[in-house]
Amino acid sequence: MSRELFTFKGGVHPPEHKSESNARPVHASPLPAKLVIPLRQHIGNPAKPVVGVGDRVLKGQMIGAADGYISVAVHASSSGTVTAIGPAAVPHISGLPDECITIETDGLDEWIEHAPLDYQAMAPADLRMRLRDLGLAGLGGAVFPSAVKLGTAQACPTLIINGGECEPWITCDDVLMRHHAAEILQGAAVMRHMLGSTEVVVGIEDNKPEAIAAMQAAARTLDFAVEVVAVPAIYPAGGAKQLIEILTGKQVPSGRLSTDIGIQVFNVGTAHALARAVHHGEPLISRLVTVSGHVLRPQNVEALIGTPILTLIAVAGDRDGTTGVLMGGPMMGMPMPDLAVPVVKATNCLLVQSAHLFPPLPPAMPCIRCTRCADACPAELQPQELFRFAKTGDFGRAQEYHLFDCIECGCCSYVCPSHIPLVDFYRYAKSEIWAREKEKRAADLARERHEFRQFRLEREKKEKAEKLAARAQAKRAELAATPAEGAAPSDADAKKALIAAALARAQAKKADAAPKNIDHLPPGTQREIEDIEARRAKIRELAHKPLESDKKP
Amino acid sequence: MPAPFILDRSSVTQVMAWVLAALLPGIATYVWLFGPGILVTLALATVTALAGEAAMLKARGYPAKPFLFDLSAVVTAWLLALSLPALAPWWLIVTGTLFAIVVAKHLYGGLGQNIFNPAMVGYAVLIVSFPLQMTHWPGPLSLSETPLSLVQSASVIFGGAFPKATLDAVTMATPLDALRTGLLQQLTVDEIMVQPIFGHYGGVGFEWLATAFLLGGLLLWALRIISWQVPLAFLAGIWLAAGFLHFFDAGRFGAPWFHLFAPSVMLGAFFIATDPVSGATTPRGRLIFGFGAGLITIIIRTWGGYPDGVAFAILLMNLCVPLIDQYTQPPVYGEDQRRSKAPPA
Repeated sequence: MSRELFTFKGGVHPPEHKSESNARPVHASPLPAKLVIPLRQHIGNPAKPVVGVGDRVLKGQMIGAADGYISVAVHASSSGTVTAIGPAAVPHISGLPDECITIETDGLDEWIEHAPLDYQAMAPADLRMRLRDLGLAGLGGAVFPSAVKLGTAQACPTLIINGGECEPWITCDDVLMRHHAAEILQGAAVMRHMLGSTEVVVGIEDNKPEAIAAMQAAARTLDFAVEVVAVPAIYPAGGAKQLIEILTGKQVPSGRLSTDIGIQVFNVGTAHALARAVHHGEPLISRLVTVSGHVLRPQNVEALIGTPILTLIAVAGDRDGTTGVLMGGPMMGMPMPDLAVPVVKATNCLLVQSAHLFPPLPPAMPCIRCTRCADACPAELQPQELFRFAKTGDFGRAQEYHLFDCIECGCCSYVCPSHIPLVDFYRYAKSEIWAREKEKRAADLARERHEFRQFRLEREKKEKAEKLAARAQAKRAELAATPAEGAAPSDADAKKALIAAALARAQAKKADAAPKNIDHLPPGTQREIEDIEARRAKIRELAHKPLESDKKP
Repeated sequence: MPAPFILDRSSVTQVMAWVLAALLPGIATYVWLFGPGILVTLALATVTALAGEAAMLKARGYPAKPFLFDLSAVVTAWLLALSLPALAPWWLIVTGTLFAIVVAKHLYGGLGQNIFNPAMVGYAVLIVSFPLQMTHWPGPLSLSETPLSLVQSASVIFGGAFPKATLDAVTMATPLDALRTGLLQQLTVDEIMVQPIFGHYGGVGFEWLATAFLLGGLLLWALRIISWQVPLAFLAGIWLAAGFLHFFDAGRFGAPWFHLFAPSVMLGAFFIATDPVSGATTPRGRLIFGFGAGLITIIIRTWGGYPDGVAFAILLMNLCVPLIDQYTQPPVYGEDQRRSKAPPA
C-alpha cells in the first residue's frame, strides 16, 4: 500500500543528531525528594488547586482541577505531602515564576485508585470531561487540551498521528514508537472512535526506520486499517500543517482549523497518553524526555511531571563546559533560566549546550533581501518584508503581510546569511500587536464611558433648558392672555412677572417642605414633637454660645 | 538568546565571495581577448571602494571589521570596473567608485538599504558627466596593431595627458557604438555589420566575453545565489524587444542575438539586475523586474541618446521595486483556494 505524497514549500535540513540518543535503553528518572507541579502547563486557563498545604496526596490524585472548557487538570506524580502552593520557577520563555504545587514525596509511590474507562459505552461529552480531568494535553509541543480537539462539531474523516519529530536532537517520539507502538495505536483507536474518522494515517519521517517498522507491525494486528507512511525528512515536516500537506496535499485555510477540512492531528505521545488514560485510568503524570547534547550518555528518560530537570541531566551524566540547557530542540526550544525548573507536559527534550556544539551565533548584519528566508519559509511568507515592518514598527503592514501565519519554526533565521534573529522580531511584533490591541480595547472602553457620560450630562442639561424654556413660554403666554394695564407688556414686565412667579413657586415649595401631617395628632405624639422642638431649640442655643475653651486661649 | 540556536553555514561574505568567483571567467576572458588593462582598473576600483567604505563606516559610526570583510564593496567595485572602458583614466574610475560607495550606498543607509544598484549609479554619473572618456574601450587584441602590456595599460590609465594618436590606435568603438554611428549615418544594419569589429553574433571578442559572463551567471544560479527569474526575464525582454523590431525592419534594427551578446547584457542580467538589495523579491516581481529592464535597455539603445542602456534600464526598474513587490505578493500557506478546499460534504 503506497500513498501519494505531496511536498510543502520551504523547509530546511539541519544536521539531525538523532543517533546520539535514540539507541540507548529508556531509564526511569529517580524519584525526586520534591516535585514541583505547575498549574499552567497547557494552553488555556490554569488549573485551580483542590488540595491544601499539609494534605497527603497519592500518585495520580488530582491536585488542580480544570478551570473551564479550555483547561486540563494536573495531578500528583507521586505520593507525598503538599508543602507549598504558590509561585515557583517554571520552564517559560519569560523566566517568570508561576503558580505551582510543591509535593514532598514519601518514597512509597502509592497510587490512587484508578480504573479503565469503558469509552465505547460512555457519552462523548462525559468521556471528554474524564479526559480533561485526567490531564490530557498535546505532547507534541503545543500542549493544547486534547478533550477540546476530540470534541469536533462535525465528523473528522481523516485522523493523522504525527510521528514526524523533525527537530534535530529530539528522539522521544522515535523511542516511544519503537517500544510502545501497540499502545499508540490503541490511543489512535479511541481518537478514531471519538472523531468518527474513517481513515487513520501515521506520518513518520523516513530517518526513523525502526519506528516505522514497529508501527507497521502493530498496525497489522488491528481490526481497522492504519496507514503508516514514511515521509521525507525535512524540517518542519512534523509541523501539523506541513504533515497534513505532505499526506493529503491539502492546506489548512489561513486562519482556520484543520478540522474545517476534515482532518485532526495528534502527536504519538498524546495517543500513547490517551491509551494509558482510557485502558488504565492513569492521568498524565509522566512522559518520555530526550536528554541529549553535551552529556555523557544521551538518552531518553521516563520522567515524572514535576521532576527538576537537573535530575534528568544527572541521569544522562552532566559534563564540564555546559553553557546552558534548552527545553525543546535547537530550532524552537527555549533556554532554561534555572536547572531547578520542573519537567512539564511540554518537555520533550532537554538539550544541554556546550560552546563546541552550540557556538555563539555571529553578530547580525543588515538584511540584503536575498530572500533565502522566503525560500525556506513553510508558511510561504515573505520574511524579509515582515522583518522590515517589525523593525520599523509598522505593525499594521506586518499584519497585512500575514505575520500571524508565522509558525515560528525558525527556518528563516537558520538560513539567513546575515544571521538576523528573524523569529525574535516576529515574536516582538506579535506581542506588540497583542499589547496594543489590549490597550486599544481598554482605551475604547474608557472612551465609550466618557462619551456616554458627556452625552448624559448634555442630555440632562438640554432637558432642563427645554423644561425651563417651556415653562417660561407658558408664563409669557399667561401674561399675554391677561389684559394688560397699559400697553403690551414690556420685556421688563415679563421679567418681573417671571420673578414673581418664581417667588410664588419658592414659597409654595417651602410650604411643601414644612412638616406635614401635624394636624389631628394624638396628644402623645404632639407632646413628643414639642419635646423634640424644645431640644432642638436648646441645641441651637448651645451652638451659638462660645465654648469655654475658646474663651481662654 | 532566542531560538533557533543553530545556523546554516552561509554568510554575506560567502554570498559576495561567490559573486566575485563567478566573475572570474569573465575577467580571464577579458584579459585574454582585450589585454591586461582591465586588471589595473579592477585593482584601482577595489582599493578606492574599500577606502571609501572604511571612511564612510567610520563617519557613520559602524564597526569597520564585519562590513569591510563582507566583500560587498568589492563586488560593487568589480561590477563598475567591468562596466567601464578598460583604458578609462584613473580619476574617472576613482570618481565613479567613490560615487557608488559614498553616495549610492552609504548616504542611502549602507549595506542593504540602497534603493539603486551602487555600481550602476556610479556608471550613470560617469556617462552623463564624462561621455568622451567613457569611450576609451580597448579594441580586441585580434584587431589591434599595438596591444598594450600591463605596464603600458597602467601608464595609459594613470598617465593623464596621453598622446591622442596613440590613444586612437589602442581604443576602438564598441560594436554597439559602431552600430549606433552607422545607423546615424543612414547605413543599413547589414552594411554596418561588415566592419571587422562584428563577429559571429556579437562583436569580435565581445561575444566571448558575454559568453564568459553567462557561464559565471549560470554558476550563481546553480548555487542558488541568484534566482532564475531575473536573468531569464531580462534576456527574454532583450530578445523579444530586439526581435520584434528586427522582424519589422531588419535594416534599421540590430538582430536579437547581437543585442543579447553584448557583454553589458550578460553582466547586467546575471550580476547586476540580480542584486538582491535593489531588486524585486517576489517570484512574479522578479519576472516583471527583469523583463522591464530588458525592454528598457532596447528602447534606450534604439531611440535613446546612449549606445547602451543596461545601466539606465536597471536604475529605472530599481525605482519600481517597492511597487512591484507590493503588487506581486504571492499567496501564503492556506490562502490558495485550490489547495485548501473543504472536503466534499
